Amino acid sequence: MNNLPDAARRGPTSLRNLFFSFSWIALQGFGGVMAIVQRELVEKRQWLTAAEFLDDWAVAQVLPGPNVCNLAVLVGDRCFGARGALVAAAGLMLFPSVVVLALAAFLFNMLDAPLVQGMLRGMGAVSAGLIAGTALKLTSGLRGHPFGAVGCVALSGLTLTGASVLHVPLVWLLLGLGVPATLLAWRILWLRARAAGQAP
Amino acid sequence: MSTADLGTFVWGDCLALFQHFLTLSLLAVGGAITTVPDMHRFLVMEQHWLSDGQFSASIALAQAAPGPNLLFVSVLAWNVGANAAAGATPPELAWLLPLACASVATIGILAPSTTLTLYAARWVQHNRERLGVRGFKLAMGPIVIGLLLATAWTLGAAHGMPHETPVLWALAAVSALLVWKSQIHMLWLIAAGAVLGAWGWL
Repeated sequence: MNNLPDAARRGPTSLRNLFFSFSWIALQGFGGVMAIVQRELVEKRQWLTAAEFLDDWAVAQVLPGPNVCNLAVLVGDRCFGARGALVAAAGLMLFPSVVVLALAAFLFNMLDAPLVQGMLRGMGAVSAGLIAGTALKLTSGLRGHPFGAVGCVALSGLTLTGASVLHVPLVWLLLGLGVPATLLAWRILWLRARAAGQAP
Repeated sequence: MSTADLGTFVWGDCLALFQHFLTLSLLAVGGAITTVPDMHRFLVMEQHWLSDGQFSASIALAQAAPGPNLLFVSVLAWNVGANAAAGATPPELAWLLPLACASVATIGILAPSTTLTLYAARWVQHNRERLGVRGFKLAMGPIVIGLLLATAWTLGAAHGMPHETPVLWALAAVSALLVWKSQIHMLWLIAAGAVLGAWGWL
């Protein structure tokens, strides 16, 4: 069901390859899979370009449900249809579930130990950094954006302030910033298309 | 704490657990983590299936383990089952009941949202040349980057603001810079954070 025009583009070679790719990605993702999924899919495997990843992540983000799982469904479905979606999501979940439930069964009572607390602090700080670094890296997908560099920085900054300083619920952020920004981008695209003589 | 004051739980309650997570699934815009307050209300305040400490420790454990963040749902449900099975006979219940709870909760939180994503993704893919869809994707790019930075900020702020825990924030900043500008494997960075933390340097 790969109806993308570029025949030479890379992608998973089989359902098994898709399953184990997402398993490997998930098992490397301490403190969240977002950072590692960008590096594996865009940089290592090159199944997606930076701009395509940003597109897919936007769709995965606005829909309800875990973002990474939504992304796996998007990628899996595009390559192998519904079976691919199921296989990608299962690959993402299966081995990490086994690991985390084993930890819950055997190590749950050790969580209060100072050594474990210290480890969790250090890992938490690093995983925050990993996500921030990935966000900065994704800015390469904004090259040639119709809002321009200043407009993009302003929109990102408003979103960041709204979410982390003002604690605006995500739904209101998406309605308050996403809807006007979409209308503006739509308008710019329409004007460009008309200038090129393609729009009605 | 004894399990006697944790409310009673029978197999039928597995169904209630399943239903609760099923209904939360489509409300989880921004990821499963956004529904944590409601899970707390249901599991701790209403049903008394988990203690407050078990609730937050379950989330901390899932955060530290590899895999998607939503696995905290599996750990929460596992501990609900483990509380219920404590001291019960036959002994197999000690892992069967937690496993059943974890499975139904994880499937419950995933099935509705994943199904919706599948159909929405096909619609977007089918209409990708429409100006409205292209406009939406373009507009969401900077917003998504802002949201990711906010996620990073929230994770960092969990242990204090920059002036309170400067060393932790410096570690986060160095990690961000290395991910952005180098190809170093992320597992090395996580391992370095764990070692520095275990040594008590943070």
